[in-house]
Order: sequence, then C-alpha cells, then structure tokens
Amino acid sequence: MTISGTITGSIRALSRNPTRALLTMLGIVIGIGAVITMMEIGQGADAAMKQNMESMGVNTLVIMPGAPRVPGGKREQGSAMSLQPEDCNAIRQECTNVSFVAPIVNSSGLQFIFGNQNWTPRQVIGTNDDYFRIRDWEISEGRSFTQREIDRRECVCVVGQTIVKEVFGGSSPVDSTVRIKNVNFKVIGVLEKKGANMMGMDEDDVVIAPWTTIRQRITGLKTGTATNTKSTATTTPGSVYPGEGVAYYPEQAENLSTDTLLIPKFTQIDQIMVSAVSPDKVDAASAEITAVLRSAHNLPEGKDNDFHIRNSAAFMEAFSETTTQMGNLLLAVALISLIVGGVGIMNIMLVSVTERTREIGLRMAVGASSRDILTQFLVESMILCAIGGIIGIIGGHGAALIVHSWKGWPVLANGGIMAGAFLVSTIVGVVFGFYPAWKASRLDPIEALRYE
Amino acid sequence: MNSTETTTNDVPLIRLEHIDKAYRLGSELQVPVLKDINLEIRSGEYVALTGASGSGKSTLMNILGCLDRPTGGKYFLDGTEVGSASNDVRALIRNRKIGFVFQSFNLLPRTTALDNVIMPLQYTNESLSAKEAKKRGEEMLCRVGLAERMHHHPSQLSGGQQQRVAIARALINHPPVLFADEPTGNLDSKTSVDVMKMFDELHTQGITIILVTHSFEVAHYAKRIIQLKDGEIVSGVYGEQESAL
Repeated sequence: MTISGTITGSIRALSRNPTRALLTMLGIVIGIGAVITMMEIGQGADAAMKQNMESMGVNTLVIMPGAPRVPGGKREQGSAMSLQPEDCNAIRQECTNVSFVAPIVNSSGLQFIFGNQNWTPRQVIGTNDDYFRIRDWEISEGRSFTQREIDRRECVCVVGQTIVKEVFGGSSPVDSTVRIKNVNFKVIGVLEKKGANMMGMDEDDVVIAPWTTIRQRITGLKTGTATNTKSTATTTPGSVYPGEGVAYYPEQAENLSTDTLLIPKFTQIDQIMVSAVSPDKVDAASAEITAVLRSAHNLPEGKDNDFHIRNSAAFMEAFSETTTQMGNLLLAVALISLIVGGVGIMNIMLVSVTERTREIGLRMAVGASSRDILTQFLVESMILCAIGGIIGIIGGHGAALIVHSWKGWPVLANGGIMAGAFLVSTIVGVVFGFYPAWKASRLDPIEALRYE
Repeated sequence: MNSTETTTNDVPLIRLEHIDKAYRLGSELQVPVLKDINLEIRSGEYVALTGASGSGKSTLMNILGCLDRPTGGKYFLDGTEVGSASNDVRALIRNRKIGFVFQSFNLLPRTTALDNVIMPLQYTNESLSAKEAKKRGEEMLCRVGLAERMHHHPSQLSGGQQQRVAIARALINHPPVLFADEPTGNLDSKTSVDVMKMFDELHTQGITIILVTHSFEVAHYAKRIIQLKDGEIVSGVYGEQESAL
C-alpha cells in the first residue's frame, strides 16, 4: 500500500465525518494555539525584559585598575594605576563581544560656578561619547562632545538635570560658560533625567566632560603608587600637562634608569566602562578583555592581573533565572495541554475504531494486513493532529497579534517554535493514536464482519 | 462445462484434507464444529454450501476464505497450503485469489460506488496508478450493469444495486474464487433473482463461485450442492465429474 494512497484514504475517511474530525482536533488546536500564543507573548516579554535589563546596565562591565587582591593592607580604590587609554583602543579593536568602550576619569568635590551660583556636583566625570550609549543615557538638549574635542582637550561639558535645576534655575544652560576649578567650560548639552540610582544617589547631579580635559586640566595625575605600573607604553615629556600634585617623573633607582623604559604614564585613567553586546555575552566579554589587557600589560604567565573586572552578576543571575523559570512554566503548560489534546484524540479514535469495526473487517477480508490497518489509523490520527496543529499555530499567532494590538504587549513570532509545535502535534498524533490503531489491527476479521 | 475446465482439470482449485475445527470454550471444553472434512472443488465450478444453522457452513466458508484457520488438516488453494500460512500471506491471498460478497453488502458509507469498488486495490502488491485503478473500477461497474451509478453513494442505491457494487468490488482483482455468504439474505425476492442471475452470468464467464446459503431455492442456482450437518458433509462431496466417473 503506497504512502500517498494511505494518506488520501485517511483524508477520505476523515472527511466522511468532518464535524467529528473538527471536534476531535479541537483539543490539539486549543493546546497548540495556547502554546503558540504564550510562547509569542513570553518571547516578547523576554525580549522587552532583556532590553530593560540592558538599559539598567546588566551588560555593563567596569574594569578597575589594580589586582582584585593584594597582600597587606588594601589600598583605596583607584589608587593603583594600570589602565591607559591605549587599553580602551585594544579592547575596542580586539574584543568581539564588546560593543562600547568608555575610559573614565572620576573626580568629585569640585565647585561648579555659574554667575553668582555655586554648586558642588556629586560627580564630575571625564569620559567619551560611548559613555552615554553604555549608560543608555540620552542627551535631551544640545549635543554630546566629539572625538575632536576629546583629542584637543577642549573645555566643554554636558550637565545633568539636577544641575540645570539648581544652578540654572531650570532655564537652558546650553552655551553658558561655567567655571570648574578656575577653568572655563562651555556647556554644550543637557542629559535627560535619570533619577536616583540603586544606592539612592542622584544620578542627575553630574557634570560630564571629555576625559582628556578632566585628567589634564582639572585633576592631574594622581601620585602615589604610580610605579606599580607594568605597562611598556611610553609618554613623551611633551604630554606633561598642568595641574596640581603632578609627579612629573617618579624617582627611579640607578640601575633601573639605565636599562628600562618603565616610565609611568601621565595618561592613566581611573576606570574603563565597557558594554557587552548582550547580557548573556558578559562572561565571554569579560574573558576576552582579560586576555587583551594581560597581553597589553605584558603580564607573564602566572602573574596576577593588574586590573579587575566587575559586572552585575546578581542581576545577571536574576535575569537568567527569570527566563529559565518562564520557559519551564510555558513548557509545563504546553505539556499539559498537549496531553489533554492527545487524550481527546485517543478517545475519539477508540470510538472511531469501534464504530468502524465492520469496515476494518471488510478491509481485512479484501486483503488488508494488520500492518495496513495499523498504518491507516495511525496516519488518520497523525493527520488529525497535524491539521489541528496547523490551525492551532495560525490561531495562536492570530491571538498573539490580537493581544498585541489590544493590550500593546510585546510579542515575538518564532518560526522555530512554530515548526516545533507542528512536529510535536504530529508526534502527539502518533503516540496517542497508537493504542486505538493497534487495537484496530488486532481485530479478528470474522468477528469484525459480524459486528453490529 | 466451460472454457477454463480444460486447463485445471488435474489440480483442483480447492482441496481440503481432514479439516477439523473446534472452538475452545473456557480452558478445557472444546466444541467441535467441523469434523474431518475432505473436499475438492475444481476451477469453474458453481457450488452451494447449505445446511441448517449451526451445521458449520459459515465456519467452513471462513476457512475456505482464509479468514479462519483450521484446527487440524490441510487446505490447498490453487496448489499451495494456506491453512498454516502467516497472517500477512493469508491477507495477500484474500486480496489476490478470493472475492467476498456479504449478506449485508458491507459498503463503505459516504463513499461513491466507484471508490468502494477500487478499495481492495489499495492493498494489492501490484502498483496501479490512481488512473488505472479508476479505469478498472469503471470496467467492473459496467460489467455488473451500474455504469451510470458510478458516483452514487450506497445510500442512494437500492439493495440490489448495492449488492452488485459489492460483487464488482469482489471481482476487482480478478480472483479465481468468489465467495458469497447469503448474498440474497437482505434482498426481496425480485432483486434476489436479479442478483442470482448475475452469479449465473459470472459462472458462465468462468469464475468459480461458492455460495453459502440455508435457502434451497438459492442453492438450486448452483450446479453442485454440498450439504453439511453437524460439521460433516452429508451430500455433494463429489462434484459432477467425480460422480459421473
């Protein structure tokens, strides 16, 4: 018996009682439809959540100078100096899992003067344009600074909403000239409101300027443990810049000065902020950065890192846990609905086998083997389930779209899940159709022909 | 008697040797239904199996039709022993060598006469295209005189017409033997005559027909009557040729 013959025969048998075929399918239709709808809504929610998480900084990594653990008394954060702007370039060029890299120079307790207003911002940050993208922070007015302004150490800055409110009385500060530590800055942009961070600190109480400007015109180079650096990159005396407390050249031991070029940088940066391409790539990005920085810092095998990387591991965990739990929940619902649908199929197929006992007897009498009968009923239940699955997929997708347009929930259609649902519905047909089909194939033709 | 006689004179189409059949009731009690049946039927014969109800004629027909297995003895159909063949082999034999006509027609409901007729072709081992199958079905329906009723459903046909569709279905694979189990049992006397005329016609075309009936009227259409009583053949063991010898 040919496969196409079996299939057309089964379709003909099913079409002899279309109402019942449709009612039988209903279980599978609802089951698969519910799965598809929930999957699409779930995936949409997942994607939306991922985006939220990203804007909350889940995929952000912060590279701090200094080993994570040093023997003896621990020193103040940032007191080790091992990060250079060259490191930023290396990360940007060599790490595939990294999307943005921002060098950061921190400073605080500086006075910000405009006219007769005097304010001490919580933070004065020197960085580059990537910083706004990593923090997902829009410029609401004016513009961000350009690479050219960074290169030329221009005195431009972007201010947060708190400063607009407190110093400028709510009026636009763009193009105003302000003074920070006796250096005149031009305000070129205003950041949109961010609110307090998770520690309750006002994120909008901030002034952001090119990192070169802050480092070279405002803070200068911190002294202290500068000799810790292992970098081989060199700076020329020409890059010496003004500022207080600058150690132009640290003292070198006699023997070192002759045979080494280990000169501390004047361009140390306090941190590097990096964003991974997606929250689940944070670990990969971290590994890449470690490798790149170790080679950039010429750290031999076995030597501790002279930097450490922080990420939002707790966030990450919560995020992945939520995703996994949601996936499991959906899977459980899918499984239950499919079992219910499958039992419905089995029930009706059993009824159908009983009802068609004489037909089975006749088919056997005209030469159908048990295998032919088994195949026929299996194919019938498979076709029922497959058609039910297709209707369910279409209906479920439609329902998801209705929910989307009605409630505005994000939905995400997934071809893979649809194909999977179709496959699963067919498998349900085989699994739950097997017992009735087996029962049909075991009928005695004489008894079956006599059945009333 | 007819044209096929000459070719198969030596080997009978059907030969039963010491066929026993007993049904088991419970674990020990055995009810014998057929006792030591020896029978030969030649190709082209028109035979009626008769007997009162309970005489074992239906059981004998089921064994002859490869639907049931004998408990003992040997059954040769067309020269091969089929009583102990596997189920799949017997299914194939039913398909290729045997046609069945039932008392209650057993047509598939909501299926056209043509589709009913070509249904057995699904199970043949020869690969016929849908077109060829349809053509053969149409030929068969013409042969039973239902050419213009091909696309009617059984519910739109009279009892006699339904039985003729069933006959066309039984003949679709050109089987050498046609079994008819009370073919007129559900028909009125006028259509019964029509159907029996049909069998006569098929007989003259050379098909071996085995009729199972309790009615003497019907049995007398046949050329040879085998009478059973309590599981034994009481008359008609020998066909016309044998008895003539």
